[in-house]
Amino acid sequence: MNTCTCAPELKEKEKQDGLKELKDFIKTGKQLHDKQGALMNVLHKVQEIFGYIPREAMDVVSEELCVPTAHIYGMATFYNFFSLKPKAKYQIYVCKGTACYVAGGARLLERIEDELKIKLGDVTPDGLFGLAITRCLGCCGLSPVVQVNDEVFVRLVPEKIPGILDKFRKMEKKTK
Amino acid sequence: MEKKIIYIRDTDSAQKERINDYFTLFSNELRDANLLEQVQLVKVADIGLYEKGVAVKIIPENIVYSGIKTTDVKEIVEETIRGGKIIKDLLCGKKSKQLRAVLKNCGYIDPESLEDYIAAGGYKALVKVLTEMKPEAVVEELKKSGLRGRGGAGYPTWMKWNFARGMNSPEKYVICNGDEGDPGAYMDRSVLEGDPHSVLEGMIIAGYTIGSTKGYFYIRAEYPLAVERVQKAIDQATSAGLLGNNILGSNFNFELEIRLGAGAFVCGEETSLIASIEGKRGTPHPRPPYPSVKGLWGKPTIINNVETLANIPLLIAGGGTKFASVGTEKSKGTKVFALTGKVKNSGLVEVPMGITLREIVYDIGGGIINNRDIKAIQTGGPSGGVIPQEFLDTPVDYENLGKLGSIMGSGGMIAIDDTDCLVDLAKFYLEFCVDESCGKCAPCRLGGYQLLQILKKISGGNGELEDLNRLKKISYAMQKASLCGLGQSASNPVFSTIRYFEEEYKRHIVDKKCPAGKCKALISFKVISEKCKKCGLCMKNCPANAITGSREAGYIVDSQKCIKCGVCFDVCKFKAVMKE
Ligand SMILES: Cc1cc2nc3c(=O)[nH]c(=O)nc-3n(C[C@H](O)[C@H](O)[C@H](O)COP(=O)(O)O)c2cc1C
Ligand code: SF4
Ligand code: SF4
Ligand code: FES
Repeated sequence: MNTCTCAPELKEKEKQDGLKELKDFIKTGKQLHDKQGALMNVLHKVQEIFGYIPREAMDVVSEELCVPTAHIYGMATFYNFFSLKPKAKYQIYVCKGTACYVAGGARLLERIEDELKIKLGDVTPDGLFGLAITRCLGCCGLSPVVQVNDEVFVRLVPEKIPGILDKFRKMEKKTK
Repeated sequence: MEKKIIYIRDTDSAQKERINDYFTLFSNELRDANLLEQVQLVKVADIGLYEKGVAVKIIPENIVYSGIKTTDVKEIVEETIRGGKIIKDLLCGKKSKQLRAVLKNCGYIDPESLEDYIAAGGYKALVKVLTEMKPEAVVEELKKSGLRGRGGAGYPTWMKWNFARGMNSPEKYVICNGDEGDPGAYMDRSVLEGDPHSVLEGMIIAGYTIGSTKGYFYIRAEYPLAVERVQKAIDQATSAGLLGNNILGSNFNFELEIRLGAGAFVCGEETSLIASIEGKRGTPHPRPPYPSVKGLWGKPTIINNVETLANIPLLIAGGGTKFASVGTEKSKGTKVFALTGKVKNSGLVEVPMGITLREIVYDIGGGIINNRDIKAIQTGGPSGGVIPQEFLDTPVDYENLGKLGSIMGSGGMIAIDDTDCLVDLAKFYLEFCVDESCGKCAPCRLGGYQLLQILKKISGGNGELEDLNRLKKISYAMQKASLCGLGQSASNPVFSTIRYFEEEYKRHIVDKKCPAGKCKALISFKVISEKCKKCGLCMKNCPANAITGSREAGYIVDSQKCIKCGVCFDVCKFKAVMKE
C-alpha cells in the first residue's frame, strides 16, 4: 500500500495569517532574561497556532529571537509535545502510564492500530485520525484510558473501540 | 439552627449526572423541610474517604455517611439535619488511616478563590514570616521540622535553602518543579489544581528566605487545568498585594511566572529543567556545581517539588516541632501517594510517614481486586523497584524503601498481583526510560537499549541463563556511570525484580513459560472440550479466524494462526478457554 501518512498541509493563506500572529506574539511578548529565554513559550505558541511546527515558523522564530534555526529544530525534535508533522483532526492518545499498563492499555493500542490500519505516530490517509501515546493523563483510578482530542474515555475495553471511532466519523459527516 | 454544609461526592466520575441527581434530591428534600436557608449544598470531588459510591459529609458535626442510596436522602434530611441524630447504618465504617495535611484543602475549598484559601487559614504563614521571622529563623524552623524533598531524592529542604541563602548574589531564583514525569502518578497535579495558593505561599516564603525576587513555576504542558489555576492564583495574589513590590507592606519584592514543560521526563531532573527554562534542549549537566550555587542563568537557584512547597505554609504556621511529631525518626510529616494497580479503591492517599504498606493497600485501598493475593508493590515509578509481599509490614519512609531496593520517589504506588508478570513490568519501565533518555551520556543511552533487548529476548522465549548476569552487569554499570538520575536509576526495576523474583525470570528462560500469562510468545490458548458448552462465541469473536469447529464437533484453536489477543479467553462465559 502506498499511502501518505501526513495530514493535508495547511493552506497558504492560513499559514501567512499564522506567521503574522506569531510575529506579533513575539514582539509584544515579555522578554525573559535574554532573548533565548522566551524560546519555550514561543514554540508552545507555534504549536498552538499551527498544530505543529512548520519550517517557515522556525525561520521566523530564528530571526526574531536571534537563535539558529538548527537550534530550534533541535528543540522541536527533543520535546515530545512539539511535532514536525501536522496533526490529524482527531488525535487519539492511548495512555501508556503505569496504571493503564497494568489495567491492559496495550490491548487498546493494538485494537486501534488494527481498526485504523495505521501504526503509532501515524495519521490516517484522510487526515481524520492520528495515533499517539501519552504517559498518564492523571485518571489512573479509571484506567485504562484513551483520550481523543479533549474527550477522555475511561475504563475502556478493546470491544468499545470501533464504536468510539464511529462516533467521530459520524460527527465528521455531520459537520460536512 | 447553626448553618450547616453538606458536601456530596461520588467516586464514579464516569456517570457525571449521578452526583447532580443527588444534588437535586437533597435540595428538593431540604426545600420540603423548609431548611434551604440554613443548609448549603456543595458538590466536591473528594472528601478524603475511600469507600465507593456516593458519600456525604455534614459540617460542622463532621458526620460522614457513605454508600448512600437515593432512598436514604429523605431520612438524612429528616433525622440528621433537622433532628440532629446520627443514622448509625449509614455511618462510614472504619476510622481512616489517612492524615490529610497537604491535601487538606483539596476538594474542600474553591481552588479559584483566594478568599476561600484565606478563610481556611491561608497566607497566615506568610504574614508570620514577613512580620516576625528573619530568614535564618525560617531555616531554623525547617531544620526542626525535618522536612525532606518530596520530589524523589529526599534531600533535607533546610540544607538546600540554607546554601542558597548563604550565597552572595543580587540575583537568585526559586523554581517549583511541577513536571511530574512519573507515568502513573498525579499527586502534584492534584495539589496544583486543588490548592494552588498553598504552593504559591510556599514559594513566596522560599523567596524571602533565600533572598530571591523571582520565581518560576515549571508545569507540564499536559496539565492545562493546573496551568490555568496557577495563573489565576498568581493574578489574584498580585492584585491582593501578596506578590509584587513591598509585599504586605514589607520591603520584600517577589514575582512569579509560569513556564511550560513540553513532554520530556528528563526535564524533571533539576539541571535539565533549568536548561529548558533557558530555552535549550533539556539535557542534564554534571553536578556539582549544584543549582543552589550555580543554577538558572548561572545564579543561585533552589528547586523544590510541588508537594515540598505545599508543606511549607503548614510547617511555618504550626511550627517545626509540631510538624516533626508525625513520622519516623528520619522521615517526618505526611506523604501523598497515587495508589493504583490492582487495588479495589485506587486514588490519592495521604498518609503519615511510618505507616506500613499493608495498611495502605488493605485498610485504605480496600485490598486487591477479586480478593486475589497481592504479589508485590511497586514504588517510585521507573526509577524505583518492587517490594515483594513478604515485606508488606515495612513502615514507609525514605530509608526503609531504599533498603528494600526501591525508593520513595515522587509517590507512585502500584499494587501487583499474580496476573502481572514482573519480566513484563521491568520491560515496561525500561521501554519508558529508553524512550526518555536524552542520549547525552553513553551508559544510559546504550545500556538502557541493551537491557531492553535482553528483556525482550527473555519474554520472547529466547532467553539464556547467562542473560541474568548480563542484565546485572549492565545495570550496575549504568548505576555507576550515568550522568543523571534517569540513567542511574533506570535499571532499578530490573535489579529489584531479579533480586526478588529470579525464579520468575528462570521460568521464562528455562521452561519457556510465563506464569502470569502476560508474555505473548510464551502462552498459548486452548479450548478445554470438557468445559466447552459449544456456544461458538470464541469463534465468532476471534479476529484472526484462528478458531475452527462447529456446534456439534466443538472448537479448536489453530496455534499457527492465533495472534494471542486473548479475546476468546475473555468472551468465554464458561471459562472453557485456557491460557497457559
Ligand atoms: C529523571 C528525573 C526525573 C525527575 N522528575 C521529577 C519530577 O517530575 N518532579 C519533581 O519534583 N522532581 C523530579 N526529579 C527530582 C528533581 O531533580 C529534584 O531532586 C527535585 O525537584 C528537588 O525537589 P525536592 O527537594 O523538593 O524533592 C527528577 C529527577 C530525575 C533524575
Ligand atoms: S543518564 Fe540518560 S538521561 Fe541522564 S544525561 Fe545520561 S543519557 Fe541523558
Ligand atoms: S487468542 Fe485471539 S487470535 Fe488466538 S484464538 Fe483466541 S481470539 Fe483467536
Ligand atoms: S496511567 Fe493512565 S491515566 Fe495514569
